[in-house]
Amino acid sequence: MHEMSVAQNIIDIVLQHLPEENSQPVQVVTVKIGKMAGIVPDSLEFGFQVIASETPHLENAQLRMEFTPLIIHCPLCGKDFEINDPYFICPDCNNTNVEIKSGTELQVTEIEIDDSPQEES
Amino acid sequence: MSVITIERKVLEKNDQIAQKNREDFTANNVFTINIVSSPGSGKTSILERTIEHLKGKLNLSVIEGDVQTDNDARRISALDVPAVQIVTHGGCHLEARLVRDAMENVDLQKTQLLVIENVGNLVCPSNYDLGEAHKVVVVSTTEGDDKPIKYPNMFRNSSVLIINKIDLVPYLNCNIDELENNALQINPSLKVFKTSCTTGDGIDEWCSWLESQVLK
Ligand SMILES: Nc1nc2c(ncn2[C@@H]2O[C@H](COP(=O)(O)OP(=O)(O)OP(=O)(O)O)[C@@H](O)[C@H]2O)c(=O)[nH]1
Ligand SMILES: [Mg+2]
Ligand SMILES: [Zn+2]
Repeated sequence: MHEMSVAQNIIDIVLQHLPEENSQPVQVVTVKIGKMAGIVPDSLEFGFQVIASETPHLENAQLRMEFTPLIIHCPLCGKDFEINDPYFICPDCNNTNVEIKSGTELQVTEIEIDDSPQEES
Repeated sequence: MSVITIERKVLEKNDQIAQKNREDFTANNVFTINIVSSPGSGKTSILERTIEHLKGKLNLSVIEGDVQTDNDARRISALDVPAVQIVTHGGCHLEARLVRDAMENVDLQKTQLLVIENVGNLVCPSNYDLGEAHKVVVVSTTEGDDKPIKYPNMFRNSSVLIINKIDLVPYLNCNIDELENNALQINPSLKVFKTSCTTGDGIDEWCSWLESQVLK
């Protein structure tokens, strides 16, 4: 269960990107998670909620997870293939020397901040 | 609502510290391996056998990672090899920061081969670079031949596979050729060794390879 540590890293990165003078709440944190990034979504969601709920500006933030498929590139065929199981072999020419093009990433991509003026009356 | 684009790797901080570790290893001519496996596959046993073989030939140091206890470090110290224990107190993997702290107690200048034994876990350690030259994944025959397919990350990110406890094959329905094939489908460049810490089978081959890597 390293999702707790991953969640903490996500929140640390978000905090570094908050505009200084702006203390408006973060609504959404979007992360990109490769299918083979080794992340259990429910555990990450849980870890994120626990830490966010105690972090100023992130108390109500939602985690939005975007999953990227596992795509390999065969240098011999010059083509990309999406694969479902982690068998790293070119479906066209059986070459086993393929590269992973996507599917292992773990990135914070963007945050959404509620900057609508606070009600004053 | 305003959107701020970030595009940063979640584990970049770990990667940066791992890179510092790697620079320190290179500067001191230290060859570092990171041994990973499920709990109990035989990491410490392989290390004990390896020490018997390489002692007197190479200067070794060991960093042990465990959730609790310093048992493993004591097993290594008993063989007169300097061992530093990291206790993660529940943490399921080592991070570069923990290794960096432990490195303060390792004499890098006197070390040619540094072995880091990770916490027993086939999932989490694969995401965390520690600065090693190679990850060595150990699977024992009692775990079944489908482990590589269930835990592809670890096998993809390792450069060496040790299939351990081959002495038990007669008692199990684990097909080690199948296990090896499964692993090679995930990562065709894996270097594979088959060992038994009970009989000592395969330890020679593993140690010769390791020694050749250190002296390269
Ligand atoms: N039969 C047999 N038993 C082995 C072999 N290698 C290790 N064992 C036994 O397996 C058990 C676990 O071995 P360890 O070396 O402690 O395993 P480990 O991977 O270091 O365990 P953790 O650090 O707790 O994850 C011990 O009882 C060992 O004696 C082997 O090749 N054959
Ligand atoms: Mg051990
Ligand atoms: Zn091809």
